[in-house]
Amino acid sequence: MEATIEEITKALDSERTPLISVLHAVQAELGYLSTEGLKIVAKKLDIPLSKVYGVATFYTLLDTEEKGENVIRLCESAPCHIKGATNILTELQDKLDIDVGETTDDNKFSLEMTSCLGICAVAPAIMINGTVYGNLTSKKLDSILDRY
Amino acid sequence: MRNCGHIDPENIKDYITRDGYQALGTVVTELKPIEVIEIIEQSGLRGRGGAGFPTGLKWKFTHQAAGKEKYVVANADEGEPGTSKDRLIMEGDPHSLLEAMAIAGYAIGANTGYIYIRGEYQLAIKRLKIAIAQAKEMGLLGENLFDSGFNFEIKIREGAGAYVCGEETALLKSIEGERGEPQVKPPYPTNEGLWGQPTLINNVETLANIAVIIREGAEWFNEIGTEGCPGTKVFTLSGDVENEGIIELPMGTPLRRIIEGFGGGMVDDKEFKVAQSGGSSGGCMPKELLDTPMDYDSLAEIGMTLGSGALLVMDETHCIVDIAKCLMQFFKHESCGKCVPCREGNKRLYNRLDKISKGEGELEDLERLRDLADTMSKTALCGLGQMAPTSIYTTLKYFKDEYLTHIEDNNCTTGSCRGLVDLEVQDKRGGKDYGNNN
Ligand SMILES: Cc1cc2nc3c(=O)[nH]c(=O)nc-3n(C[C@H](O)[C@H](O)[C@H](O)COP(=O)(O)O)c2cc1C
Ligand code: FES
Repeated sequence: MEATIEEITKALDSERTPLISVLHAVQAELGYLSTEGLKIVAKKLDIPLSKVYGVATFYTLLDTEEKGENVIRLCESAPCHIKGATNILTELQDKLDIDVGETTDDNKFSLEMTSCLGICAVAPAIMINGTVYGNLTSKKLDSILDRY
Repeated sequence: MRNCGHIDPENIKDYITRDGYQALGTVVTELKPIEVIEIIEQSGLRGRGGAGFPTGLKWKFTHQAAGKEKYVVANADEGEPGTSKDRLIMEGDPHSLLEAMAIAGYAIGANTGYIYIRGEYQLAIKRLKIAIAQAKEMGLLGENLFDSGFNFEIKIREGAGAYVCGEETALLKSIEGERGEPQVKPPYPTNEGLWGQPTLINNVETLANIAVIIREGAEWFNEIGTEGCPGTKVFTLSGDVENEGIIELPMGTPLRRIIEGFGGGMVDDKEFKVAQSGGSSGGCMPKELLDTPMDYDSLAEIGMTLGSGALLVMDETHCIVDIAKCLMQFFKHESCGKCVPCREGNKRLYNRLDKISKGEGELEDLERLRDLADTMSKTALCGLGQMAPTSIYTTLKYFKDEYLTHIEDNNCTTGSCRGLVDLEVQDKRGGKDYGNNN
């Protein structure tokens, strides 16, 4: 882990205040930002751990807890809401048998809520990891989940 | 958006064929910085990020400010729910943003630009990176542009999922690697911005207007739109209209024309009920206001906002209390927690609305909603808390009856408030049909 993080901080060395870019890259590499990982980041960038931790917990796309292999983020903003996002939520909860903030027993999916994903014309929408899906229906949801 | 769909966004030659980088060339070889600023001032362009601040004036302030170094920052955080115009501009015409940033850099005296873009916009990030690399290769970014001695480089910073980071001072904190919390103004970023240096922050759509204004002239721009708000506005139309999507129209186009003419009218010919203009922090416009010209001034006059140009159109099947609750859920989640009026206010607004939606509301709740809204709009630190109650004000004004039906009759006529709908009805609505568009 230390070597990976060192490589990342070196690559971003030319940036002034690279903390958030580093955290993005560390998460992409290691899955989530563990306490141990944050400690190494703090050391490499010579920033107090408290600050690194404060930043990591401020942003919703940065995870300080281990999540499932795939993170499903369901949009709960108004344009999706009026197109039935609440029904999609119920559907996801039933299909995955988990609540928002939880991970399935096989560690395959975590379920989270998010604000607008910027694809409101095809509401309701979800984002799985970095990919967005719109115009969701129950059937479509099944076929999307099958891909993971 | 003139190039979106007409060019290959991953090929700089397409952009150049359509007069791309011509304005930058003219600016750095023929014009003095102050002359560039004068053109932008004369054009009357106002910021498209929400507040409508005169762009030329902002450029002038940053130009005049003293600093070791200056910066240009493009606000591409686009977090306002129901808005995706900046994404389209960046995905479809990324060079228009880069060219404008270089022009702005020349005008204010900056050699570095940052694009602060939300982390969710992966395709736009990819296209911008390609665009920057191609522009550098062709000598349109980098050192000594057009042999003028002017240098300009552009860097991308990815946001990490926080609506408040769209607010300019929070955005700068985020680039500085801190928690994205808004700061007390003044000092304004034009004087003390990124790393304490004078910084120009403009929205992506604002910047996308720059090159074309330089090329076609301020007068040409003046002729589009209204007197106080020249130019076009890009609207993101969503909700219960036939054609959802993004459309660029002259400022001041009436709401009715946008919905009927460009949105193709309501889905299934249902009755129009309300349109929320400006995103979650915008006001809710009832049928009586359908003929309002959509520009900053006309909307401000009636307590509404143009904001980001988001237009969420809803038909008669949606409940006002349910919508208001959904909006407050958003603000409750996105409040950064730094100031008390916003942190507590949004929570309490949400709780009152939740109570009303469950049939437990009392008449005095409406008074309390208004009091809370007043406190927040007067005392919150930044625009998030100040604008969060806009939907409360406007729905209490135009849809008070609907609140009263929930409170006095324990009834939600649309069936949206699940707590108030009997089980039989809920079964029908809870089937596999997710709304009108699928
Ligand atoms: C809570 C909040 C969120 C904002 N979000 C955005 C945003 O996503 N994009 C944007 O361009 N401006 C946003 N703004 C406005 C910016 O603070 C700033 O006014 C704008 O970037 C200035 O650019 P302009 O003059 O070109 O409009 C937001 C403001 C507030 C208070
Ligand atoms: S509201 Fe869900 S994607 Fe915009």
